[in-house]
Amino acid sequence: MTPLDFVLVLFLISIAAGVLGSLIGLGGGVVVVPVLTILFHIDIRLAIGASIVSVIATSSGAAATYVKEKMTNLRAGMFLEIATTTGAISGAYLTTVLSPKFLFILFGTVLTYSAFAVYHKRHAAAVLSVSNDKIANYFQLHGSYYDEAEKQEIAYKVTGTKLGLFMMYIAGMVSALLGIGSGALKVPAMDLAMHLPMKVSTATSNFMIGVTAAASAGFYFARGQIDPVIAAPVAAGVLIGAMLGARILSKVTNGAVRIVFVVVLVVIAVEMLQRGIS
Amino acid sequence: MKNTKENTVDQHAKQRDIDPAKVRQTEIVISYVLRIGVILSVLLVSAGLGLIFAHHSSYLNFSSHTSYKSLTSSGYNFPHTVSQLFSDLAHGRGRGVIGLGLIILILTPVLRVAVGVLSFIYEKDPPMTLVTLFVLTVLILSFFLG
Repeated sequence: MTPLDFVLVLFLISIAAGVLGSLIGLGGGVVVVPVLTILFHIDIRLAIGASIVSVIATSSGAAATYVKEKMTNLRAGMFLEIATTTGAISGAYLTTVLSPKFLFILFGTVLTYSAFAVYHKRHAAAVLSVSNDKIANYFQLHGSYYDEAEKQEIAYKVTGTKLGLFMMYIAGMVSALLGIGSGALKVPAMDLAMHLPMKVSTATSNFMIGVTAAASAGFYFARGQIDPVIAAPVAAGVLIGAMLGARILSKVTNGAVRIVFVVVLVVIAVEMLQRGIS
Repeated sequence: MKNTKENTVDQHAKQRDIDPAKVRQTEIVISYVLRIGVILSVLLVSAGLGLIFAHHSSYLNFSSHTSYKSLTSSGYNFPHTVSQLFSDLAHGRGRGVIGLGLIILILTPVLRVAVGVLSFIYEKDPPMTLVTLFVLTVLILSFFLG
């Protein structure tokens, strides 16, 4: 396979990764890492570097549209970044203490549980109309968005901020420790703990993952894990895919997004457990 | 005593009854920051790839002597310090142009947080200004800690 073939094939796969990632609030690493390591036999260190690039590309590519359409809860996202960024810094210090194998098994289990919980919530009342959450009220984290699938403006209240902050702290820590899985924990935090509508959860997760990844990207660049020939088609493809995906989210139902998210979460959980056991 | 304190909190909340027009302006600005960063990055990264293929005809299909593996293994020497990046750019090397595009991509979320701080100052929302300022500080700190 010539470098040109490689670049073209990776570019096309990255477009698909960008569409998927932008819809369910993940960085596309779930597609990019296995494709690079299994299909192209590329060193896992370089694959993870490409995955970080893919996360930032998904985030910025989709967020431009989501913010404009009010699909992202801008205030809640920015507020929760307090926890993800501090979590990322603590994680960077814990890497030397905790064994990655143990972490993969632990988070594989946590994600399996979250997948069941997110699936279980599919029939629950869609949105809250009242909230007694003092933090959410003080910082005015509530919001509304126009749902094209339901053809109406949907206003929602936010609750469970403390639990949400705690889960976001863990999400930041995990992404610093394992280089993956930041969106996989962010979406359940907003869906399960804070009762944001599913589509708002994925769009807001999308908005946030770029900041979490940017915090560690400089580190990966300095360590020589970002190969330009791999990163260039990934960045361009994922950006284009994410811009396309962002046009779709408003048109699909919350239920459909939930099911796709659960399926991908199970795949990531299995992948993590496998890495922990082998 | 307690009453006055509650009153000031109420007043704060009222002062923060934010002007929807301003909020909309902020959303549009943040959305533009992201879009410009993204488009600039796609253009640079694609131009860099184009340069690499223009300089090395053996990477193309019709004279396929090179495997992609020589460019995607740890043996391939690509820039990973700022000075290497600038030297590659000065020599007009494609990988330097790609590196610049990737750095713009990495800095876009950071710039987005910085614009967030400014926009909450503009919206006269002190609590959210502090929140975003804190996030920006931790983010910049993490660049130096790494």
